[in-house]
Amino acid sequence: MTTLAPSSFLRSSRSRNVIPGFGITMGFSLLYITFLFLIPVGGLLLFTMTQSWDQFWRAISHPQVVASYRLSFGASLIGATINLVFGLLVSWVLVRYQFPFKRLVDALIDLPFALPTAVAGIALVTLYASTGWVGQYFHVYGIRIAYTQIGVVIALTYIGLPFVVRTVQPVLEDLESELEEASAALGASRLTTIRRVILPALMPALLTGYALAFARALGEYGSVVFISGNLPYLTEITPLLIVAKAEQYDYQGAAAIGTVMLLAAFVMLLVINGLQWWSTRRFSH
Amino acid sequence: MSELNTSAQATPVQLNRAAEWQRATEEPEWVRRSLIGIALAFLSAFLILPLLVVLVGAFEQGLGVWYAAVTEPDARSAIRLTLLVVAIVVPINVVFGVTVAWAVAKFEFHGKPFLISLIDMPFAISPVVVGLIFVILFGSQGWLGNWLSAHDLQIIFAVPGIVVVIAFGTMPFIARELIPLMQEQGKQEEEASLTLGASGLKTFWYVTLPNVKWGLIYGIILCNARAMGEFGAVAIVSGRIRGETNTMPLHIEVLYNEYMFTAAFAVSSILTGLALVTIAIKSTVEWLEQRTGVTA
Repeated sequence: MTTLAPSSFLRSSRSRNVIPGFGITMGFSLLYITFLFLIPVGGLLLFTMTQSWDQFWRAISHPQVVASYRLSFGASLIGATINLVFGLLVSWVLVRYQFPFKRLVDALIDLPFALPTAVAGIALVTLYASTGWVGQYFHVYGIRIAYTQIGVVIALTYIGLPFVVRTVQPVLEDLESELEEASAALGASRLTTIRRVILPALMPALLTGYALAFARALGEYGSVVFISGNLPYLTEITPLLIVAKAEQYDYQGAAAIGTVMLLAAFVMLLVINGLQWWSTRRFSH
Repeated sequence: MSELNTSAQATPVQLNRAAEWQRATEEPEWVRRSLIGIALAFLSAFLILPLLVVLVGAFEQGLGVWYAAVTEPDARSAIRLTLLVVAIVVPINVVFGVTVAWAVAKFEFHGKPFLISLIDMPFAISPVVVGLIFVILFGSQGWLGNWLSAHDLQIIFAVPGIVVVIAFGTMPFIARELIPLMQEQGKQEEEASLTLGASGLKTFWYVTLPNVKWGLIYGIILCNARAMGEFGAVAIVSGRIRGETNTMPLHIEVLYNEYMFTAAFAVSSILTGLALVTIAIKSTVEWLEQRTGVTA
């Protein structure tokens, strides 16, 4: 039954399982993951390693590239922080309060997940350009949003919006009201209860959502390139530089920066898994 | 015991206590209202306004202009290519999602958590890096470039490249919907069916599939929406050959960069409609799951 499984490492350990199909399903899954994912990603890393360390270092430490790291990292951090604050507020309002069209509002939270990033990109730049519905009011005060770093923050806030809400919401729904009542009965004010009882319980979910929003923002391309204007050293995000280099057939340079982004993504994945491990441990004690 | 009170009427002390209790367990009315107000203002600015901009931009010059923009040859070819890619990618990822969920949910093996996080990994990788990975693999100056050109095969700047990067980017969607669902349901029902003599495929078709159908439908919808909207990865591998390798999002980019805003929004409005249908189906599926929650 397990003849198709490539190694004993992945062999079903329960030999008396009557359910068939382990070999074929596991075999196909591993084949698919290997050919679509592992070999191509390995190919990128190997390709990067074919260049000398000097060449690699020059590609990833060019001032224009460093400026893009600063923007990508900084704007993602600000965007994720905005989403942390408003995500907590939105999930609180959605779980605890009643208001008209609540179900509709709840459903719309997922829009940034479902809307293609290119569509979001042209919608945001049209909205925040100096003649746009929102941009014109800022333009009066001499504030430009589109084609500046503020525009990048707006786009990265938009695409990260659902993460904090969708991680905090279920935890808030499961929170037992007895805890809050106990805190109140012991004489705590509402503010103290929120600070000392509710917020600590939400902390793992908040941090997970924050990390997810940040990780997504780091790699985002489509929604940013329209509103950012792509001015060198000023509003170029790191993914844009990869596209630019690939379009100029500078695969070495693109691969070097791509490897840096890949490593950043793996680090974020470790952080997120760590946070989830921490939160399940906290809640199962 | 001086406060012993047998009448139904509340004493001032009790009233005071009730008010105090309320103060300690819920927020005052004005706080509630302002929190709801701030949340709705934030959501309107970030979710509703972009939606309205697309719809107004698409239709403000009338239905005729909209129709002309979505039926001109380049737009038609972009829509056709997008549908073709989806018709290839979604079924492959359904097969992958179902098989990997079956292996993970019905069997115990070493390295299972590792496999599950491997499935999630395409989510963490920037779409631009996904595109780059395949350019380096299949591009003219990549690993297989010489071999491919010797055999007259073109993957980059052609449809196969687009299919591959979109398959990569949408790989996790169906699997991650099905895995928790099938794990939760265990395998007793399948074991019963098999013990009663049904074949494995029959068991899957008549026992497993009906149990997970909503999760599967939701996964397909999500995979479909992402596949149609994928941009960053496709931007690198497609080469943007008009009428040939432009998917709908790339066609939108081309139109926008040529200042054809109405046409760009017209094509966008189709994808926006798809996004709205996607979230509507998601809400419905969740609602159905909640209603039948105990049996699921």
